[in-house]
Amino acid sequence: MTSVAAEAGRTRPNALSRAWAFVLRHVLTVYSLLFFVYLMLPIAVVIAFSFNHPTGRFNYTWRGFTWDNWLHWNAVPGIQSAITLSLEIALFASIVATALGTLIALALVRYGFRGRGTTNLIIFLPLSTPEIVLGASLATLFLHSASYGLSIPFGFWTILIAHIMFCISFAVVTVKARLIGFDRHLEEAAMDLGANEWTTFIKVTLPLIAPAILAALLLCFAISVDDFVVTYFNAGNQVTFPIFVWGAARVATPPQINVIGTAIFGIAVTLMLINVFIQNRRSKQA
Amino acid sequence: MGFGFLHRHRGSTAYLLLAPGMLFLVVFFLVPLGFLAYQSLESGSIDFGYAFTWAWDNYSSAITGYGTQFKRSFAYAGIATAIALLVSYPVAYWIAFRGGRWKNLLLLCIVAPFFVTYLIRTLAWQTILSDDGLIVRTLTDMHILSPGGRLLATGTAVVAGITYNFLPFMALPLYVSLEQIDQTLIEAAEDLYASKWTAFFRVTFPLSLPGVVAGTLLTFIPAAGDFINAQLLGSTTNHMIGNVINSKYNELIDYPAAAAMSFILMAIILALVLIYARAVGSEKLTG
Repeated sequence: MTSVAAEAGRTRPNALSRAWAFVLRHVLTVYSLLFFVYLMLPIAVVIAFSFNHPTGRFNYTWRGFTWDNWLHWNAVPGIQSAITLSLEIALFASIVATALGTLIALALVRYGFRGRGTTNLIIFLPLSTPEIVLGASLATLFLHSASYGLSIPFGFWTILIAHIMFCISFAVVTVKARLIGFDRHLEEAAMDLGANEWTTFIKVTLPLIAPAILAALLLCFAISVDDFVVTYFNAGNQVTFPIFVWGAARVATPPQINVIGTAIFGIAVTLMLINVFIQNRRSKQA
Repeated sequence: MGFGFLHRHRGSTAYLLLAPGMLFLVVFFLVPLGFLAYQSLESGSIDFGYAFTWAWDNYSSAITGYGTQFKRSFAYAGIATAIALLVSYPVAYWIAFRGGRWKNLLLLCIVAPFFVTYLIRTLAWQTILSDDGLIVRTLTDMHILSPGGRLLATGTAVVAGITYNFLPFMALPLYVSLEQIDQTLIEAAEDLYASKWTAFFRVTFPLSLPGVVAGTLLTFIPAAGDFINAQLLGSTTNHMIGNVINSKYNELIDYPAAAAMSFILMAIILALVLIYARAVGSEKLTG
């Protein structure tokens, strides 16, 4: 009897601390799930209000369900051209920025050269400059360009230049991360087997860093489509989708804005889910 | 020219790879900063144009005229950053240590808000915090908010918006640094009779500091320059320096004042980052 009691006494703190750990673990889980509810709350509102049937100019209170906004997504004047412009800019900006960024990443990881520190600094700086400063300074360059006999009117090209500018650093960081963890033996093997450097690059290096290049493309595309501040300073009278939303927010918010927001969200999340799925399958195979 | 990227060696190839991208950044990022600096010392008016006159008083009048907005910007950004850190650390910890095979999916949930256009996200908060919205009604019923009290058009709403909009910038670096921690170190601490809390404060937290530093900077810098949250969720009494720069540049066409304020903003951010780096140790910044 006494030995059993003594044993129970000895195991007690252990059981207590285990119970405490159990509670702690579940507190953390519950808290984390609440956090995700908080994260998703505005998104749920955006999606729900894309089906709203507002009576006034503003889409703030729930008035009833309708499919109309989705069926007539381009019924609001200007919204379709704004989306087209945003997609065009994002497409060109992400391709150019990723190409330039990949080259810089290759140079940074593969070469020793003078000025590496300066290069890193110039790539890091745009990431740590407030957007409003990026926008104002670039606009100032374009404003002054006329007095140097090189008139660049605000419009498509100034927006495109601005987007390439703030996307390059993101592309460099994304591709660089992949290149650093890269198995150089694969390239050496290809060269041992008689491939020249160009063939090795095309047949070995490029396929291996392709996922990083794709990731950089998608990241740049997402940042470009979403950008408001820098674009606003450099757009002139051109209207991208975020600028359209900004203008609308002052006078009227048609539910079509939510339709487009939901559509962009849906496409992006689907792409990401496919990516997560592929990664999980790969890690299972490996 | 040899395509010698396969060997880490000196040569012109590196510069050829760097040239197009770096040239672009120099011409469209560094040179514009120079133009902005030049413009910040101009004087004149919209009607007669601006000319360079070493007008240093643009700086002094920006500080005397808009000191409140500067202070408010850094206060809002600081509070939002602190809240974001406290709110997202436990979640980053949970995903890193208990996420298991759901890790990628949970990370996707963290970045998901990014995929709803920034402005639309903020407009959604306008709906949520609106006067006849659920939150205001509940808080009024609980007597936390006095009858007729508002959330929209207050500093609280602006800080809440900033916190929400930049959360992924905080949560992701935290996750990355927590994920990299060698679990055996924590086990070792516990084997040496450290309690769970001691092990956390003496081992886990110090090892996650690079993530804390990266996260706070990535949140604080864009937050200090933001004007969208103050515009859509606040009133003019909540305007930040970003609102002033925006209206000076785009509405009042007072370029020199906007340029001077931009540089003061950047200088203060730089100073704060340096002080912060000194406080936590500069090796943590690059680590």
